[in-house]
Amino acid sequence: MTFEAFLFYFFSVVLVGSAVAVITVRNPVHSALFLVLAFVATAAHWIMLEAEFLGILLVLVYVGAVMVLFLFVVMMLDINMSRIRQGFMKLLPVGLVVAVGMMAVMAMVVGAKVFQVEPPAPAGADYSNTEALGQLLYTEYVYPFEIAAVILLVAIIAAIVLTLRRRPDSRYMDPARQIRIRREDRVRMVKMESEKK
Amino acid sequence: MIPLSHYLVLGAILFALSVTGIFLNRKNLIILLMCIELMLLAVNMNFVAFSHYLGDLAGQVFVFFILTVAAAEAAIGLAILVLVFRNRETINVQDLDEMKG
Repeated sequence: MTFEAFLFYFFSVVLVGSAVAVITVRNPVHSALFLVLAFVATAAHWIMLEAEFLGILLVLVYVGAVMVLFLFVVMMLDINMSRIRQGFMKLLPVGLVVAVGMMAVMAMVVGAKVFQVEPPAPAGADYSNTEALGQLLYTEYVYPFEIAAVILLVAIIAAIVLTLRRRPDSRYMDPARQIRIRREDRVRMVKMESEKK
Repeated sequence: MIPLSHYLVLGAILFALSVTGIFLNRKNLIILLMCIELMLLAVNMNFVAFSHYLGDLAGQVFVFFILTVAAAEAAIGLAILVLVFRNRETINVQDLDEMKG
């Protein structure tokens, strides 16, 4: 077994094991942490597939941002797990049957002769995956790229607007009222004699 | 050398596992969202593998956009989740039956 094959099987075991843990562990915090492990193992796979930029992107964006968001939300909510776990085992046989069936069908498809492709020769040391991806992204896919930016903007606005909450007792400044103030409303000039020492 | 089908089988295993997860955790909204993330990961794995073995970078560009949309989806989904919890004090899917669907 070559070192490459060893790495593939090692990260595959980590990935599948953490995926099983994500769907079976009792505590949602542990579930989120196992999902982080799954993402890291996937990033390793992608780097072995010479998709270095996406591997790093997965760690930075997914582990660094999305999963932290998940963890925040999981820790913020106070969930009664005993009620929510009720009937967890009831659908396990059905789920297993569906999973095994789906797995068998997909393995039959992807195990076919057509997909037994050997990998291409590894790229040279002067090849930069990031550069090649950037060349493609900013020329051929520039419109989808801009649409992706708009989608992210919509997501930002939607998340803020959805979770915005105006509490009546919170004190805040209203800029419109601030700039409407005139001097006469606030300052009163008084004439008075200077006081003696 | 690892043939392409190994990566495809790995993606299939991940996808099947996340479908099982949706079956098992059908009450817990958070784990459901995590299962959807796992599913997208399985699909992305196939995209990257095909992109490498066919020598076509378009697959990686596609993964890039899927990651973007998935991040947006996670942000909005979690915002809705927080809103649901704030209003109903529960994230149990069975308790969210106001619309009698």
